[in-house]
Amino acid sequence: MKPPPFTYHNPSSLDEAFDLLVACKNARVLAGGQSLIPMLNFRYLQPDHIIDVAGIKNISGIEMRNDDLHIGAMTRQREVEFSDLVAQHCPLMHEAIRQVGHRQTRNRGTVGGSLAHLDPAAELPLVACATGATIHVAGKRGKRDFAFADYALGFMTPAIEPDEMVTGVTVPAWAPGHGAAFVEFARREGDFAMVAVAVLLELDAKGVIARASLALGGAMATAQCMPEAEAALIGQKPTTETFAAAAGACTKIEAMDDVHAPAAYRQHLAGVLARRALAAAYERTTKV
Amino acid sequence: MSERLVGKAIKRLEDPALLTGRGRFVDDFHLPGTLHAAFVRSEEAHAKINGIDKSAAVALPGVHAVLTLADLPKRFHAMRMHGMPNPHVTQNIMPYVLAKDEVCHVGEPIAIVIADDRYIAEDAAALVMVDYEPLPTAGDCRAAMAPGAALAHMNSPDNIAAMLHFGYGDIDAAFKNAAHVVKENLFMHRGLGHSIEGRAVLAHYDTFADHLTVYTASQGPHAAKRAIVGMLDWDEERVRVVALDVGGGFGPKMSFYAEQIVTVLASLHVNRPVKWIEDRREHFNSATQERDQYWDVEMAMDAQGKILGLRIAMIHDKGAFMPHGTILPHISCTTVPGPFIIPAYKIDCSVVLTNKPPVAPVRGAGRPQAVFAMERIMDAAAAKLGLDRVEIRRRNLIPAEAMPYSIGLTFRDGKPLTYDSGDYPQLFDKVTKAADYAGFAKRQEAALKNGRYIGIGIASAIEGTGLGPFEGATVRIGPSGTVTLLTGAADQGQGHATTVAQICAEQFGIRPDDVRVVTADTAAIANGTGTFASRQAVNAGSSTHLAAIQVREKVLAIASHILEAAPSDIELADGNAIVKGTDKKISFRDIARAVTGQSGFALPKGIEPGLEATRYFTPEQAAYASGNHIAEVEVDIETGGVKVTNYWISHDCGVVINPLLVEGQVQGGLAHGIGNALLEWMHYDADTCQPLTTTLADYLLPTADAVPKALISHVVSPSPLNPLGVKGAGEGGTIPAPAAIISAIEHALTPFGVHLTQAPVPPHHLVELINKGRRKNSGLLA
Repeated sequence: MKPPPFTYHNPSSLDEAFDLLVACKNARVLAGGQSLIPMLNFRYLQPDHIIDVAGIKNISGIEMRNDDLHIGAMTRQREVEFSDLVAQHCPLMHEAIRQVGHRQTRNRGTVGGSLAHLDPAAELPLVACATGATIHVAGKRGKRDFAFADYALGFMTPAIEPDEMVTGVTVPAWAPGHGAAFVEFARREGDFAMVAVAVLLELDAKGVIARASLALGGAMATAQCMPEAEAALIGQKPTTETFAAAAGACTKIEAMDDVHAPAAYRQHLAGVLARRALAAAYERTTKV
Repeated sequence: MSERLVGKAIKRLEDPALLTGRGRFVDDFHLPGTLHAAFVRSEEAHAKINGIDKSAAVALPGVHAVLTLADLPKRFHAMRMHGMPNPHVTQNIMPYVLAKDEVCHVGEPIAIVIADDRYIAEDAAALVMVDYEPLPTAGDCRAAMAPGAALAHMNSPDNIAAMLHFGYGDIDAAFKNAAHVVKENLFMHRGLGHSIEGRAVLAHYDTFADHLTVYTASQGPHAAKRAIVGMLDWDEERVRVVALDVGGGFGPKMSFYAEQIVTVLASLHVNRPVKWIEDRREHFNSATQERDQYWDVEMAMDAQGKILGLRIAMIHDKGAFMPHGTILPHISCTTVPGPFIIPAYKIDCSVVLTNKPPVAPVRGAGRPQAVFAMERIMDAAAAKLGLDRVEIRRRNLIPAEAMPYSIGLTFRDGKPLTYDSGDYPQLFDKVTKAADYAGFAKRQEAALKNGRYIGIGIASAIEGTGLGPFEGATVRIGPSGTVTLLTGAADQGQGHATTVAQICAEQFGIRPDDVRVVTADTAAIANGTGTFASRQAVNAGSSTHLAAIQVREKVLAIASHILEAAPSDIELADGNAIVKGTDKKISFRDIARAVTGQSGFALPKGIEPGLEATRYFTPEQAAYASGNHIAEVEVDIETGGVKVTNYWISHDCGVVINPLLVEGQVQGGLAHGIGNALLEWMHYDADTCQPLTTTLADYLLPTADAVPKALISHVVSPSPLNPLGVKGAGEGGTIPAPAAIISAIEHALTPFGVHLTQAPVPPHHLVELINKGRRKNSGLLA
């Protein structure tokens, strides 16, 4: 379990990194290394070049840009965990981040790394999906912004070209008073979720669901929003029946099947966890 | 005797070094000029090898050699790894040290690459082209038994390696006279050992000294030396095997592996030290592991729930080869009766070859499966007779006054299976009281009102520990005055150095950390057996005790002579022999010097030189430890998630040498048991026998959040079989745990009529059964 030979580069600026991405064929970007390094050691990946972007200064940090939360690609997950801005403006991410791996992996793991790796069960892509985030990708040819649905092309396949890299993500803040819940089921604390559900709910003055987002992770090749479930929520009173209807829609997914969980179990879990997440999110809505 | 140290909860002497990064594991040794090895391993579960092209690998810069079987000395071309002879074994198939013309499991070693570093060695290993001709595979051991099934070995007549039959009493009469008969078809899977440190070898042949030193992460360095000496056909004095710090063993490091001898041969070939450090992937596909057992169990009972007889057919997946012969299924077959009176018993066991890595003991060694079978059938009997699960067990317990109790079987040590001591009813009392078993029904009812599904389960185990043939200890006081203790008892984290130091120090009135302990070095003591079967407290402990007493007596005799006092008037304290109540004393140092003598002068008459004794303790049979587990669980009926919420253990390992270490063993053993009940499953593709769970992200070991702290109570039934009265404590935490936990889960799911017949139980399996129960409850299913 040693990686095959590669050439290591550590650019100190984005421009330098972009040049390397053009010049180096069969290159991989190294961020926190919590997925890439094991994959190299398993020789699942055999890149000729590793471009370590940890030394690039202006692609980490958390800040508000207008009313949106902007997180640089190299921001460590541990920083997200303790960010007041994240807790205030994206309680969904605040809840999700503590389910990302373990404290030790969050110390090194990054937001951009997780989005670029795009594990189907990873929490941060699911948060990006549910919140309607914009993922920023850039290279020597310029910048491109993606909505999650356009970004996640398939199983661990983001829409990043070989000469590009993720530079950050912008997460629109939902209205104050919205309810959010991130619920996942894993065999052990810190494992990748068998199924994860992210829910955001906004109620209007009459207590009717005005805006809803429900997305599933772990069950399919990528995180996905559940428009049918959302349709069952919007304009409805937040009752047990409403939530049951929305959760029911989640059981119809085409779920993955592996040694850990047959597809039918993942479908079942999607319904159970969606119902729980909806109830929890509703509990957390407040009148503003 | 001085202050009693046996029984004291002293902290481990090993820990300061380990906790401050001064451990001496094989990979910590950096000998000048060391080269690094990687193995080319089979990618096929079963194939003929038509050719091996190593030219590209040999050409890679930094590669020193690539060796296949054909490149090894001639004597290895026809030599197979040593198996364990047994008249019941019809196919005692062991591998060549490197594959010859057939590979029989994924991961079987085919060639060794020796290079400047492990990176290059792995690069080169990937360049070795093996021409495989795939053969059909024997996967599921039940299917592999059938006539005409695909063969695990192409030249075998079938896949049956052995048929084992055990029994006593009139089994047919038992069933004829039964008021009730209960039956269960059970499946139990167990996985790997997964020590944190993998296997490891550093072989160093010193041409000047004509001497080979092998550092290896082994549970049995003396056994490894015997294997190396035998395979090389060298004399013993040319070989030393050392296992200093070893990061866990759990069974798999007791086997002597092809990788060990091949690394030695590689070192001899390149005439440089060669190091091989097993990585996790190799541990998954080439270390020995446990696997599947299928149990068909029938129990005959009278109207009061007393057992009349037990009839079992069992199928055991042995994997591709036969390391340790049939001892694992043998232990399974003879562990079943446990603490219960079973008047008639019959078990037939088929040991089946498959195209998966070889099966050999992992902590518990076939016992968790046997206990699972016994306890599941007891639960089934309780349900059938409408008796409480504890009550039906009480009715069948062997009473304390029946000790020693002969079961009527032959244990795997070759001796009659006779429990030497124990008080099983007391163990039951202690654990059921601690857990408030009687009050559980109320707790369950209250929880159910809040929609929470909690359950409780009980299981017990009797474990043959402290097996022979022997372990030894040399106690020596040299002219430095230091008490030195040399023993073959290899330590993989158990704390043997601490326990033997306690036993030794007690005899000399010194502190345990004053004893210099050397373990697991064949240069320190000539003979040794190894650490397995919870045997070293009994064997190394007793031999230490005997050797220390012998040296103590000599110290007293010499001191008596010099101090002119009777030995009974002399006490030993702080490195001195002191005439009681006086200030007359002599140090160990001076006593040792006295028996070393002066150059050219004669020793006083009757004095043998040196303060030294070597004793080998040879137990006449196993000492039987016992224990009872109660698990309390909560099940999330929607996700199938199980949390072990509380855990109680009553435990009897005879005299306790160090309660801290015993409780650590029991608690650590429980972690293994929880893994076996809920998490650990080594999956193979049904058709190709390719391993599917080869990372620790896919093969789930229990993490801290999954393991509650067990509340442990002790019963002490000293063993009459050794001078310390001790029994083994290494596996009792593991053995009954799956049975207790599965019983608790079933109990929690009583409202759905869930019946559990397997371990582990993954959540999706529970959800299926719960939903089936729901449909049945709502009348949708007949």
